[in-house]
Amino acid sequence: MHMADALISPTVGGTLWAASSGAIAWCAKKVKATRDDRLIPLMGVLGAFIFTAQMVNFSVPGTGSSGHLVGGLILAILLGPHAAFLVIASVLTVQSLFFADGGLLALGCNIFNMGVFPIFIGYPLIYRPLASGGGESRRWIAALLAAIIAMQLGALGVVLETKASGVSALPSKTFLLLMQPIHLAIGVVEGLATAVIVGFVSSVRPEVLASNPGMASNGKEWRSVCLGVLAAAILIGGIVSCYASKRPDGLEWAIAKLTGRPQLQSGADPVHDRMARLQENTAILPDYQFQSAGSGSSAALSAGKSGTSFSGILGGLITLVICGLIGFTLKSRRREA
Amino acid sequence: MGFGDYIEVGKMDELGRNDSPIHRLDARVKILTTVAFIMVVMSFGRYEVSPLMALFIYPFGLLAAGNIPAGYLFKKVAIAAPFAICVGMFNPVLDRTAMGILFGHPISAGWFSFASILVRFSLTVSAGLILIASTGIHRLCEGLQRLGIPRVFAVQLLFLYRYFFVIADEGHRMLRAVEVRSAGTRHLGLATYGTLLGHLLLRSIDRAQRIYRAMVSRGFDGAVRAGLSVRAGAMELPGWINGAYLGGWCLFFLLARYWNFAEAIGNHL
Repeated sequence: MHMADALISPTVGGTLWAASSGAIAWCAKKVKATRDDRLIPLMGVLGAFIFTAQMVNFSVPGTGSSGHLVGGLILAILLGPHAAFLVIASVLTVQSLFFADGGLLALGCNIFNMGVFPIFIGYPLIYRPLASGGGESRRWIAALLAAIIAMQLGALGVVLETKASGVSALPSKTFLLLMQPIHLAIGVVEGLATAVIVGFVSSVRPEVLASNPGMASNGKEWRSVCLGVLAAAILIGGIVSCYASKRPDGLEWAIAKLTGRPQLQSGADPVHDRMARLQENTAILPDYQFQSAGSGSSAALSAGKSGTSFSGILGGLITLVICGLIGFTLKSRRREA
Repeated sequence: MGFGDYIEVGKMDELGRNDSPIHRLDARVKILTTVAFIMVVMSFGRYEVSPLMALFIYPFGLLAAGNIPAGYLFKKVAIAAPFAICVGMFNPVLDRTAMGILFGHPISAGWFSFASILVRFSLTVSAGLILIASTGIHRLCEGLQRLGIPRVFAVQLLFLYRYFFVIADEGHRMLRAVEVRSAGTRHLGLATYGTLLGHLLLRSIDRAQRIYRAMVSRGFDGAVRAGLSVRAGAMELPGWINGAYLGGWCLFFLLARYWNFAEAIGNHL
């Protein structure tokens, strides 16, 4: 579920960057405040462990396919949420830098979708209450439930962020129907992997789990964390929906339905309106004239204008070649030097 | 990401240790320029393709000036492409509004937005990869910290990077041992997986404890002081060059944002 820069808008990317870096700063402060020196090497090594674990596949029981660990939940179980969040954020940063797995400006979205949900919702609200004091089977159920819910929320986050960005034409409903079932499966895999590893550790060396530094924090603090996440969600939701409603397509109809008004009463044909906006936005065909309101068909495009888009494509290709040539010349000049 | 890819991580950092004018720039300047570039690319409308073309000068120029092998980078961009292609490929199907005519055939708006996604993807991904290939993780972390990210997080990035090779090697050896003992089984069963990764986890935790003891015996008291400062010293370029680099690129990005060079050429012809 790594999002790429190409699919999000600067507004969405920037908003989630702000949210995620705020969370990182807060967690860094909390980790510093624990004054537990052991955490520093432990976090680094566990980050490396998660990275390695992501490369090991296992076959999912009952299916022919295979899956791997993502890691947010198990980190929260081992390290407590604050340190776990820093670790997962660092793993995602390195993935984005070295593998282009998720873009740099989309990193905020990715940290939010894959870090905040498992660590600040799945772990404290689902895993901990369910698994505490219970036996093996309760831990399995807790891990599965926490992982599935966190994955579903993460996938929903991807859909909402993509929609608010307005780059992909995929309708939210279709995208949702594609994303949620896939991430149900991924959530099951994540839950199984987390449960089986935690089960092994707890049977071989239970003290590792008992010494979780995050366990020390009291319930009151968690309430404030949950409230914080909720507030952030409302804030982001507000910004996103404001932004989305400005878009020519998308959530407009839903908002119109909610307010009880039929869509676009302002005299203009919706198709025409959309065309006009589209025309404003595009620099490829700046002097294009859409002749009638229903000009969706090619018949409305006059043959005389056919050169316009051709010149855009040609010019684009030439520019690309020029850029390449400048690069090539620079390189050969450097070799000579 | 498969096993064995981790050698690739090392290769990127190796490139970052090379020497070129781009490598000598201040890491902060490179980070800020990369962010500005990605912001500008992302700010273009969803149907715009030709105005983005002039921006290719940024990755191409840096590849050349930074002595980064272009073929290697293109391969990395291509490997990362499937997600963007998957999401974008529905655009031509879903967005069928006619937007232009090429050789007498109407082209739908969806094709324009699809092409735009691909171009934007290539630009942003290559810019990010060039940043790491021309800076290396140490100087990047140092730059990030001087830009204000929490020290704990900068140290975490460095620790993760440093121990990644060690733990990945360990995991690789464990997997090979399993492969040798299980004739031709392709994937691990859940029980074996749990034991294997559980062991790897415990070994990693033990290793962290040994590292901690080693750190303490060398005077570690909870505050990370050294380690980040891998300054090139005399190799670094003077401040005005760094400023000119950042300012020059930002001016160019603004120019490219508001003036469609590609179309000007196309119209001229």
